[in-house]
Amino acid sequence: MVEGQIAIEEYRTGITKHHWDLKKIQSAHKVLASYLYKKGEVNRGYANRTLYVNLSTGIIQEKPVTDDMKKKFTGGRGFGLKLLWDSIKPTTRWNSEENELLITTGPLCGTTQYAGSGKSLCLSISPSTNIICDCNVGGFFGPYLKFAGFDALELQGKAREDVVVVIDGEKGIVSIEAAPLEEINTHLLSEQLTQMYATENTDKSRQKVSIVSSGLAAQHSYWGCLNFSFYDIRRKVPRIKQAGRGGLGTVLRDKKIKALVVKVGRFDGVSNHPADPITLAKVGIKLHREIRNLDRYQCNMRAVGTGHLVEIMDAYDLLPTENYRFGSFPKASKIYSPKFYELFTKIIPDGCWHGCTMACAKTVDGYTVMTGPYKGEKVTVDGPEYETIGACSNMSIWDPLWILEFNFYCDTYGIDTISAGTAIAFYMEMYEYGILNKERCSGLELCFGNADAALELLHRIAQGDTSEFIQVAARGARRVKDWIIQKNWGEKQLVEDTGMESKGLEFSEYVTKESLAMQGGYGLTLKGPQHDEAWLIFMDMVNNAIPTFQMKAEALHYYPMWRTWFGLNGLCKLPWNDIEPANNAETAEPSKVPEHVQNYVEYQNAMTGWNVTKEDLILQSERCYNWQRAMNVWMGRGQRKDDWIPFRAMGPVTEMEYLSRKERYDTQLLEKLRKSPKDVEKMTVREKLTILYEFRRGQYNKLADAVYYRRGWTPNGIPTPQKMRQLGFTDKKMLKMLQDKIDADEKNGLNLWGGTYAKEEQPPSNQKRYWETWK
Amino acid sequence: MDHPKTVKILKFHAEKCKGCLECEKACSQVHFKTKDGGEKSAIRIKKADKKYTMHVCDQRGLCLDMCPVGALTRKKNGVVWLEKELCIGCQACVGFCPISAMRKSDARIEPFKCISCGSCVRVCPEKALELIEIQIADITQVVHYRLGA
Repeated sequence: MVEGQIAIEEYRTGITKHHWDLKKIQSAHKVLASYLYKKGEVNRGYANRTLYVNLSTGIIQEKPVTDDMKKKFTGGRGFGLKLLWDSIKPTTRWNSEENELLITTGPLCGTTQYAGSGKSLCLSISPSTNIICDCNVGGFFGPYLKFAGFDALELQGKAREDVVVVIDGEKGIVSIEAAPLEEINTHLLSEQLTQMYATENTDKSRQKVSIVSSGLAAQHSYWGCLNFSFYDIRRKVPRIKQAGRGGLGTVLRDKKIKALVVKVGRFDGVSNHPADPITLAKVGIKLHREIRNLDRYQCNMRAVGTGHLVEIMDAYDLLPTENYRFGSFPKASKIYSPKFYELFTKIIPDGCWHGCTMACAKTVDGYTVMTGPYKGEKVTVDGPEYETIGACSNMSIWDPLWILEFNFYCDTYGIDTISAGTAIAFYMEMYEYGILNKERCSGLELCFGNADAALELLHRIAQGDTSEFIQVAARGARRVKDWIIQKNWGEKQLVEDTGMESKGLEFSEYVTKESLAMQGGYGLTLKGPQHDEAWLIFMDMVNNAIPTFQMKAEALHYYPMWRTWFGLNGLCKLPWNDIEPANNAETAEPSKVPEHVQNYVEYQNAMTGWNVTKEDLILQSERCYNWQRAMNVWMGRGQRKDDWIPFRAMGPVTEMEYLSRKERYDTQLLEKLRKSPKDVEKMTVREKLTILYEFRRGQYNKLADAVYYRRGWTPNGIPTPQKMRQLGFTDKKMLKMLQDKIDADEKNGLNLWGGTYAKEEQPPSNQKRYWETWK
Repeated sequence: MDHPKTVKILKFHAEKCKGCLECEKACSQVHFKTKDGGEKSAIRIKKADKKYTMHVCDQRGLCLDMCPVGALTRKKNGVVWLEKELCIGCQACVGFCPISAMRKSDARIEPFKCISCGSCVRVCPEKALELIEIQIADITQVVHYRLGA
């Protein structure tokens, strides 16, 4: 445990040191293509060009960023969408030649004064969902990419042999280099490359290099994540943050990219050249002070990171346990944040980009690996964050050390902890019911709580095990559902209802049964069920602040738009509402954190020199959000059927679940469904389940109706050309595609509301084709 | 590694001060090559209840562990020093200084602080300022936040 006030060079982490012949590794490199570019200055947050690299052809070129692009797409994820639209086809799949992997920055990315300003936004067509997946990730790569001269990096095609793509922002050279000898697993590879590409043999020089890598398991599964490094000068090790969701690491390895390397020379606090650096610094310092004064009384992020959520979720019956069957568990206190606090090394600053004083990137140093190829090695484990702990509670793993083990191997193998944990929890439930068994699971005893077996599954995926179960399991919950159904091993409805995925992507770690709005927050999304679009559980379930469909729909409009905005700018969402001003509760809309929204208005204006309002920020997001939805439609998805969620997310699937919360559900039958106490008493659990099932499915459909209407979409969830025009889009190809789809829906009877409305209820609109009157 | 045991810090004799602010002017000369004083000075003299107070860094170094790039170090003479060339202007040290003695001027992005150079002491016509030597062990505190503390 390291205390404060120890000189940086004297920190000791006790991790295993590696001795590699880096000269030999480096000399095995062969430059396959290279490109010299003129370094330019970033101006008001924009480098004003993007970098295109084609791995198949070796073409490397710059593309200009136009004012029109900034106006319509703002930056970051917006630029990614625009570049994808220009490059892919509606038939493009994750492993198509033309599929791209994009890493984008955003105009506020790389600012050091405002906490949470170092995010990269990654986009690609996902192997899990076969639509666009976007991921927001920390680490130094995004800021360095911009300081090296580019607002975005666009990778297309596939290399024929393992390569690294190097962006040398010091010299102004981009190169594709064959790299046969490096390791593939991240904790080793990122260390090798950081040492190899640092200009000098000093920690300060190594801190100017950032690596994007994945791992061995990414190439054999659909859960591949991207690890973004940030070199820690105190721990003297490259640490990592993950672009976890949707298998972007799988795409990286499919392109035969071992790693991306970016390095920069000197930069300072105004390398983004903001229009008004004075205001920017003032807003930033105000937030630093707020974090200093209040974090310990609010989320305690600086001490334990997002892990502070575990005890809260457990208390509110929201912590996913045994594949979301339950929301709390008697053993849960074993993994509350104080348990991890004991393990974390206290070295502040723990931000994943400079100046992030929220400092939630917690770390365990000198962890001794218990299984697999690195057994006995002492390593630094980044995390675990809440989602990783939740993924483990979902598998009923209640030992902090096993959670670290799972965390470490997922990271170094390049696997998303969320997808892997949620999917394995589903396999475990199937195992409990006998639908899967040891034989069907290639010898793995995947029962709840068997951490050893879960780790063995990861090791076998990383080894490229070819047995049937490992192959299917590595492709995630959706494919395993299909596999079980096809084998006729279990009742189809049970399998569909319990495998927690939507659109092909596994759920993140919150129990949503009692919050309809949060069900929408997971289902009515662009990329699939994750927690970055909306988190409405407390507002909806605990505070009952949005009781009507209309109010829920307003929340499912505002919050996804607001949260999208962070991704357009290269920001982290956490400093928005994981710290609140002292008087926030007394404001008109505490859940929006109005003072922080105003901070962001001032921040974007100070950077870009624009004169935007808080409404303009939402408009920026609405453009990109609708564009992404429209692209999903273009790819044959993005409609009501794709927004469906399994029943486990809506309510109790099994009798055991019902009985475990009997009082709650019985009360709902009395109050919400107006059954008489006598009726309820007479009903079997199965009958009660059926009634709840119908009721909750109906509620979800009505919610979707209200949300689609609020967002300016058709009842089938298609963005209307009228809405797109209102947002300023004139792209004829896009508008025609949407109109054609809506016309086809009309023929197929899909432009009808999904909910069944009683006499006293109203659908969002009684007018047919209501959007046609919109100007 | 040898660590400094002592450091010089400013001591203020409030009863002698007449509020001429020569100290601030001398300080801004050191940091910004101007006699503006005020927000460009690391030492600030304020009047409160007819008495003058001094506000300046006491070299306890709680900021050392805040710097993400290692630009803040304790020099051999014990002074907490910000290396401008390394600083990336994040203002974490400014925001987290418990006595707001790490300062940010509008003139540049990098913060600045008292370096115990004695310029202010030398110019004070009333001899209200003095540099005194103290034990570092007496002023440093553990920086990281203890859970439940």
